[in-house]
Amino acid sequence: MDRILFGDNQFFGINHMSEDKARQQAMRFADLSAIVSTIADARDAGIRTFMCTTHERIGQVAEIVRRNPGEWGDFAFYPCMPYAHKYANAITEHGYLEAIRRFLPEGGLFDAALRGGKALLTRDAEKMATLLIDAEMKPYAGLSTPVVFLQNVVTDLLLGLGYDNAFRVFADHVRKRYNAEPGFITMNLPALLPVLRSVGVDNPIVCANVNKAGFRMSGGIEAYRQATRAHPARVIAMSPLASGALPAAEAIEWVTGERYVEAILFGASSAANIRNTVDLIRSSDARLAVAA
Amino acid sequence: MTSFNVAVVGLGKMGISHMAIARRTPGLRLGAVCDASSLLGNAVARYTGTPFVQRFDDLMTMPGLDGVIIATPTRLHIDMIRKAVRRGLHVFCEKPMTLTIAESQEAVSLVRQAGVAGQIGYHNRFVGTFAETKRLLGIGAIGRVRHVLAEAYGPVVLKPAGGTWRSSAGEGGGCLFDYAAHPLNLMNWYLGVPEDCRGAQLPRQWSSDVEDAVYATLNFASGATGQVSVNWADETARKMTTRISLWGDHGKIVVDRQELHVFIGAGGAAQPGYRQGWTVRNITELTPHPAFYLRGEEYSAQMEGFAQAMATPSQPYVNDFASAAGTDLTLDLIRVAAQRHAEPPAVTATLKPAPVRRLTLFGRRTGHVGSSAT
Repeated sequence: MDRILFGDNQFFGINHMSEDKARQQAMRFADLSAIVSTIADARDAGIRTFMCTTHERIGQVAEIVRRNPGEWGDFAFYPCMPYAHKYANAITEHGYLEAIRRFLPEGGLFDAALRGGKALLTRDAEKMATLLIDAEMKPYAGLSTPVVFLQNVVTDLLLGLGYDNAFRVFADHVRKRYNAEPGFITMNLPALLPVLRSVGVDNPIVCANVNKAGFRMSGGIEAYRQATRAHPARVIAMSPLASGALPAAEAIEWVTGERYVEAILFGASSAANIRNTVDLIRSSDARLAVAA
Repeated sequence: MTSFNVAVVGLGKMGISHMAIARRTPGLRLGAVCDASSLLGNAVARYTGTPFVQRFDDLMTMPGLDGVIIATPTRLHIDMIRKAVRRGLHVFCEKPMTLTIAESQEAVSLVRQAGVAGQIGYHNRFVGTFAETKRLLGIGAIGRVRHVLAEAYGPVVLKPAGGTWRSSAGEGGGCLFDYAAHPLNLMNWYLGVPEDCRGAQLPRQWSSDVEDAVYATLNFASGATGQVSVNWADETARKMTTRISLWGDHGKIVVDRQELHVFIGAGGAAQPGYRQGWTVRNITELTPHPAFYLRGEEYSAQMEGFAQAMATPSQPYVNDFASAAGTDLTLDLIRVAAQRHAEPPAVTATLKPAPVRRLTLFGRRTGHVGSSAT
């Protein structure tokens, strides 16, 4: 796993601090070309991994990368599924079962459809889940996807409900079908790590908010340190700037100094901001290496 | 810490979310879940280990239960509240409380007489920015408030719709009850229950049986005026966006879930953390950690609030039944004002119960939708 990963919230009008800022970003990235050129800026700044939700527009980005292997080389995607809004809206409109039916593969894929029908009849949520994973992974066919993530809304819902074995089902399917590492995004890292271990997902890749403000770190900063000492995990720090609440230099220096953080995920809209954040991480890492 | 044994009733979107949070909230234990659909309930029991009870009446005989979390369609709330309170259980119920003012008032007296906690799921009052606004108004940071604008926009209904209770007026669906209730509840928190509605429109855009927007003018006892602009057919919002703007003699506040903008004018006094002119504060600094996070700190904070209310039901707590009944009163004020000018068919449609259909205990035979849009 690389030290620096590029995220996608800025492309979809998601900003945890400001709706105005979110709207400005949604306008700025209304054109696909603006998204692709910003990802190219990240690539040119030395970032080789794009961690992105399975939003339908990302499928278009994937298509461009697929068509231009010369330009994009070994650039990797870390898909994060599902794009929850899509399902939430469908459930509101159609109810659970009809919503699931609508997202399962269409009749042409005979095998998948058959499994789906049987899964629905036998009420086997786990078979159904693997079909949904396959549907979400379709846009990434032919691209490098070394890690596949479960989005935090699903991870934390399952964690809250106590459906612990679902994590194992996800991990097994991602490993077997995609030869990829399973990853879990969460806002509740201290609660998740012991549960993952209990179902046999060892040394998991976990992506969670890690920032000096403690923003969306359930249980608090100290609980994160303790949990990672007790349960080894490969942690990706997201929201290192707490959605912009922290000054960048101070925020990056702090997050690079958290020993359990293996990689840092950030999103930015301009080439200058991308380069600046990458430089901050690299120079902070270098200082820490010298100090050690 | 005392731990209260609770059951979640109604496994729609909100019920499932409450279930997950309740299981992880200090001070609560999840004893059972209840839903009219055995398919859904058995699946939940099978995969999570939480016992499932199909009939609400059977749940009421379950030993050791301390409270219920009700997330069924609004139409079913009052009966469940009656039965639960009669059994001496604490009640957390999704908003709006009931479909009529009389029933809401009845619920208020029931919990008062029984000495149990009764809390309604107006989660915005647990959002850091909205709560800070309440505090600022309380210390008179912007002087006497003259006008309030309560807005909410979101992409709930974007094409001709029907089929779930949400699109049925008799079941508590519609933009007024399901959506406008949130900004109105905040407005009432800040300024009290309005006395009068001098004009309201409940236009339809896509829905056949309910309104898709709410526009109304309100008057408060203090002399303040209020305007409501709510539209759930707004495709530009990624999800529900609630904003309250308040104009005072000495300043102005504009607040949404993420940001709090405070202007303290020349005649006002700067407050700790707020200078003269504009100050912007964000949710990131105004939100305490919950023990468990799912979808937003406020959903966890309100469950933690419910655990506290169960421990000390005679102490004041946020979103008690009386405050929610005030919101129901406001909803009714707007509904009645809109009827004054509306076309007769639209009027009767909002008053009449839903056309007769066969209903299961929780009011639906297919689809399993909770009781809130957010």
